[in-house]
Amino acid sequence: MKYIDEYRDGTLALSIAATIAAEAAIDRRYRFMEFCGGHTHAISRYGLEDLLPANVTMVHGPGCPVCVLPVGRIDDAIRLAMRPEVTLCTYADLLRVPASGGTSLLKAKAAGADIRMITSPLDAVLMAEAEPAREVVFLAIGFETTTPSTALSIDLAHKKRLGNFSVFCNHVLTPPAIRAILDTAHLPPDERVQIDGFIGPAHVSTVIGTEPYRALCAQFAKPVVVAGFEPLDVLQAILMLVRQMNAGHYRVENQYIRAVTATGNRLAQSAMAEVFAMRDTFEWRGLGQLPHSALRLSDAFAAFDAERRFCVVPVAAADNPACECADVLRGLKKPADCKLFGTTCSPEAPMGSCMVSPEGACAAHWTYGRFRDRIPARAAA
Amino acid sequence: MCLAIPVRVEALLPDQMARVTLGGVSKRVSIALVEDVCVGDYVLLHVGYALTRLDPAEAELTLAMMHQAAVPGMSAMAGAIR
Repeated sequence: MKYIDEYRDGTLALSIAATIAAEAAIDRRYRFMEFCGGHTHAISRYGLEDLLPANVTMVHGPGCPVCVLPVGRIDDAIRLAMRPEVTLCTYADLLRVPASGGTSLLKAKAAGADIRMITSPLDAVLMAEAEPAREVVFLAIGFETTTPSTALSIDLAHKKRLGNFSVFCNHVLTPPAIRAILDTAHLPPDERVQIDGFIGPAHVSTVIGTEPYRALCAQFAKPVVVAGFEPLDVLQAILMLVRQMNAGHYRVENQYIRAVTATGNRLAQSAMAEVFAMRDTFEWRGLGQLPHSALRLSDAFAAFDAERRFCVVPVAAADNPACECADVLRGLKKPADCKLFGTTCSPEAPMGSCMVSPEGACAAHWTYGRFRDRIPARAAA
Repeated sequence: MCLAIPVRVEALLPDQMARVTLGGVSKRVSIALVEDVCVGDYVLLHVGYALTRLDPAEAELTLAMMHQAAVPGMSAMAGAIR
């Protein structure tokens, strides 16, 4: 398929890897965080770590919206879905995320709640139009890639004057999360993740552009290379990061020039600005409360806010204490460091959110990467 | 979740919609987020909405830079690194 196959050429990948090996200084470590779950998935799926020299290593980041959504928000969504008048629509990934008390949206659906999988927020708007007797709630989740489509669907519901459509908004922002990963001065030394540079998000950057990373680069003196999700894109970005480090630079560079510009998608940005407003703070799994890191519906569109319509009162909920998702999301631990990995936690029966989405670090490692471990993980009983 | 796939625009439809194809699969999607979409353009599709147009010249340039970054005849060596 055009724009896909040509960026998956294995021979070319080996040659670029040879250049990385030739240019990476033997007495130096290069530790790069791929922020996005999409990159984590590509690195695992194509075995890119096996192509890199031993002193160039990848650290998985928190860029998987399903992974960073705290348990309490899933609990809230289940409570919403249990209301007899509500039809809750959301993306498939979210249905299997473990919630409090061993439940999940999928189990709530099995227990009779009207929960439906959709592939586009447009489907939820059309459902509300077709079924006026139902309260259709769209459980919205995602980084800046996904936010503009939610904004347009809310705008469409507004134009269609749909009184039975609302959105339970969990849209989060990328730059504050990168800042939270890098801003470790207040943490004890063993909780400071060691990163020398970032592979920046592919599709988030089609929306926000490369400009927002500039301040982070300057403040923390780390290079950022925005990269596409195909394996050759990732390898080229690693080479660009190695070259920046060798030259002593810390700049924003754009490898994904076929889709990303410096300023991003203005139409998408204005759609988001019209419909959403900044939350003062939002809880992230692993990163805790981050100020100005997530969006809510703006006052002009408050009528479509499910949190206001159904008076959602957040109830604090704790993660499974044995689950290491929080440290995996901050890059402090690898999936195989978790006692649950491959024993009681697998994609078929996930205990933590990182094992649910295909782009979660644990799911990617389970599906593709575990065969490289010295002690193979045991299969789930 | 941020997965978006390159699809070809086959026909423009009313209400800022378009018919697109990928590997023989055809779908009706929104092009409200991308200006001046034409038949034959490739756009990145995400949850039913085109996010951006793919730039053919920049795509060619990327491939050219990848070939430039590759060391000829070094692929066998790369495989033996680990």
